[in-house]
Parts: sequence; C-alpha cells; structure tokens
Amino acid sequence: MAAPQPESKIIELKPFTDEMIVSMGPQHPSTHGVLRLELKLDGEVVRDAIPHIGYLHRCFEKHSENLNYQQIIPFTDRMDYIAAMNMNWGFCLAVEQLMAKEEGKFPGVPERGEYLRILIGELNRIGSHLLSFGTYGMDIGAFTPFLYAFRDREKILLLFEKICGARLTYNYIRVGGVSRDTPPGFMDEVKEFIDYFEPQIDVYNSLLTANRIFIERTANVAVMDAEMAINYGITGPNLRGAGLQWDLRKDETYSIYDRFDFDVPVGRDIPELGVVSGDCWNRYKVRMDEMKESVRIIRQILESGLPDGPVQAELKAVRPPKGEIFSRSEAPRGELGFYIVSDGTPKPVRVKAKSPCFTALSALQELSRGLMVADIIAIIGSIDIVMGEVDR
Amino acid sequence: MSFWDRLYLPGLIKGMLTTLKHIPKKKFTYQYPEDPRSVEERNDRYRGVHKLPLDPEGNVKCVACFMCATACPADCITIQGGPAPEGWKTKEGYQREKYPEVFEINMLRCIFCGYCVEACPEDAIQMTGITLPQYFRERQTEGEVLGGSRKDFIFDRDMLIDNNDIPEQGLHPNS
Repeated sequence: MAAPQPESKIIELKPFTDEMIVSMGPQHPSTHGVLRLELKLDGEVVRDAIPHIGYLHRCFEKHSENLNYQQIIPFTDRMDYIAAMNMNWGFCLAVEQLMAKEEGKFPGVPERGEYLRILIGELNRIGSHLLSFGTYGMDIGAFTPFLYAFRDREKILLLFEKICGARLTYNYIRVGGVSRDTPPGFMDEVKEFIDYFEPQIDVYNSLLTANRIFIERTANVAVMDAEMAINYGITGPNLRGAGLQWDLRKDETYSIYDRFDFDVPVGRDIPELGVVSGDCWNRYKVRMDEMKESVRIIRQILESGLPDGPVQAELKAVRPPKGEIFSRSEAPRGELGFYIVSDGTPKPVRVKAKSPCFTALSALQELSRGLMVADIIAIIGSIDIVMGEVDR
Repeated sequence: MSFWDRLYLPGLIKGMLTTLKHIPKKKFTYQYPEDPRSVEERNDRYRGVHKLPLDPEGNVKCVACFMCATACPADCITIQGGPAPEGWKTKEGYQREKYPEVFEINMLRCIFCGYCVEACPEDAIQMTGITLPQYFRERQTEGEVLGGSRKDFIFDRDMLIDNNDIPEQGLHPNS
C-alpha cells in the first residue's frame, strides 16, 4: 500500500520519505515471544503495524479433540505458560459447569479445594503481573526492575514447586478440585512470602512507576478509551486501565470469590503526571494495583485458614453430558473463555479457547498508527501478551 | 514539568539508591549447574525423570497393565507385555502373570504431567527429583555428551530400573 501522497505543489514543503517495510520479530527480545510485526515506516513514524501470528501454534484446540478431559489439562498449561494455574482453572471450570448441567453428575468442588484454588490462582496472578512489570521495565530500558521482579517471582515458583512438583507447567487444578493437598508447613511459607512481598510493591512503585523517565515513555501513549476497548473485546487489566470497572471475579462471581473483600483497580487521569486513562502507564499501573488486591485476598485466606476436608470431589468419571458450554474466568491477562461441545463421550467434540491476549493483540494495529517505533515496544509491553496463548 | 524534573536526575538518583541498598545484602542468585542447591531443594512431589521401582525380591514391579500408557496425554510410553519368568512371585506368594518385556518412555514426547504415576495401580512407576539435563550430566561418561541424538532420549526398561539409585525424591503415589 502506497503512503498517502501529498498534492504535488506542496511536495517540497512536506517531503515524505519512501515507505519502508521493516519486519520486527519474530526473534525480537521485546516482542514477548515470537510475534512478528510488519511495520510500515515513514522515517521513524509508524504508518501501519500488522501483527503476524502463528509462530507458536501447537494445535491445542484440534489436539484436544483426541484427548479425554483430564488429559487436556496439562496442555492448557502450555497456553499461557506464565499463569498456567489460571489456565488449568479456566478449563476445569468449563468442564465442571458442563457436568453440572446433568443432575447429580457433579457434586461440587469441596470447600478446601475452592480455597486452595483461589490461593494458588491469586499467587499465580501476582507471579504473572510480576513478570509483566519486570519485562515492561526492561523493554522501556530499565533493567533493575526485571531482576527485582524475577527474584520475587522465584519465591512464588518455589511455593508452586512444593505444592505441585513443577515450576512452570503445574497441572495442579483438576476437574473437581485440586490434585494434591498442601505439604506440611505450606501455609506458613505463604504467610512468610506475603509478609515479605507486600512492602516490596512499594519498592517497585518507587523503582519504576513514579520514575520520571518511565512516565515520559508511557504517559499519554497509545490511548485506548473504554469504547475502543469494548469494540475490540479487550478484557482484563487492559480494559480496566481504560477506566472501566469490569472484573469477572466481582461482576460474574465464580468459585467463592464473593466471600472475599477486594477492590477492582481502574485507570484514571492524573494531570500532574500527564497521565490519561487508557494509556500505557495506566494499563501498567492497574497490574501493580492488582497485585495489592491479590495480596489482600491471600491475607483473608491466611486469616480464616483453610477449611478441613478433601481437596477433590469424588468423581466416577469425567464424562460430561451431551451439550455445550461457554465458560469464562478472570485470568491475569483478561477473560479466559472455553467453549466445549460434548457428545457424552469422554472426549470433547470441540474445544475453543477465547484468549484474552489475542483480542489485546488485535488492537495493536490501531493503537500504534502514527506513533514512533520506540512506542511500539511500549505498547506491546503494556498490553502484556503471551504468544503461547495468542497462537495456542 | 519543571527544570529539575527535566534533568531526570531525581529519577536516576532514586533508582540508584534502591539498588545501592541491596549491595550489602545476601545474594539471592546461585550458580545453577555447579551449585547443587537446586537439586537438594527438590521435594517429594517433583516431576522429574521416571523410574521403575523394584519389589523386595528385586524384580520390576510393573505388571504391564497399560494403565500409564492409556493415561499418558503425550502418548510417550510403549509397553510390550509378556509372561513373567518362572519364580517371580506376587506379594501374596503366587506366580506373577505378566511383566513388561519392553518398557520405553520417549522423553522427547513426555510432558512430565505425572499422570502415569497417578494412574499406576501397583505403584510401579514413579518419578525422580532430577530433570533430563541433570540426568544426562550424571549418566554420561568422560568425554561423552548425552542428549546429542534422539536415540539418547528413548529410555528403555533397564535404564528406568537403573534410575532407582537416584537418591532425590520425586513424585510418588503417597506424596
């Protein structure tokens, strides 16, 4: 596509350079995986940025049709590998809701299982936001926050290793509960971590959030207002960064989130910093605030303590009745939806995953038009995509 | 933005101060392959390389029931059952019926989900606490580099039985 050519008489006054097509990625360190952007550049100004995806496509949906419901769970780990617990949870939630359509098929998740799910899910949310915060700083040019974030994420990973035996692909949350009970002393370690971690958030904020250079790079860049976000189907912190208060944990409560007291942070205008709601800075700040809310939820679990009882419901077989379901849950990157069609056999007929990162990535083209190449990096970091989930 | 802000100096100094505070503190990092701490910290749920435990008589526990191969989402276990050799006794003292003539795990396909350990009715497949790179580093002889070809990743029955001498605890049914 040719660049918009000005009229001939003013060509000397406003000369356009030739449009150059630059391929950014797939091996670019700040595209968070294997994202390739086809940039149409006019000098340093981005005229168009077309994302090319599919480099990490592993046929999750088609592959699922050949597996039974239990066997799909380890593959959901590999979708969003940063927040694999929430991916497990989303899928198990869909299967459970499908099973519950038939009377007496699904007895419900035991109390202790629900508590453990929330504890683990929120810990994973913190871990995911930590990675997002760290890599975003690194993309923008601040290396220190990355080291801080990974140091603290390591503590979460060690907790996960203790409870489920793996650091990245957990396969912990199962249909009907969770796979294993806590090891001895686990809750004390969680408490120790939370006590350590809560003041750390202020350290991060002093490191990066309030940093003048960081604000200059992100404030008022790529503003996505609430209307645009809704039109694109964007969810999660990206939507909340646009100032819209929408969180499935509160607005369409699932599991036992209604028993916990937490707020939904949203983006807002801060004139003295030059920040407007829906810009890169607000999308980033919502994640930082969400970590605090997750800490609040975990604190409430620690105060009340885990109830006694089994962690997994006793199911004869995971064989949902004939029918279909679309279930969604709030993953760290937005609403994770699973559409499952069952014909009553142990294997699903169709599994479709609605991934939050895919919709977020679709808005990149409109967000990046007219900005500089360096701003593209700021946008990709702020919408926080994981290519494993985009491509599946 | 004032002139002072425009210098970016407060941002730089604030950042440096936070960094400087950490210099006298204890190091959090460790040298991964050389420092054995990473292996010692593995717990009894860690999902590492598999092993085939032996019964008290020293025979392989596996009865070739194919439960693990059926449960495996990655389809990485190959079993070929055969009549157990004369004299192999069950716990109750009867002659055993079946044993695995071939038991192969393709480690390139394995996704280390632990379903095989959960599925096994005889507790005859367990996991050790070491990962594949650590396994290769331990097993390779002087001047040899394991893991260079696909053949190295197909673990047969004898290799899996040999893994019983790996001391680190891994996933087992009671964990």
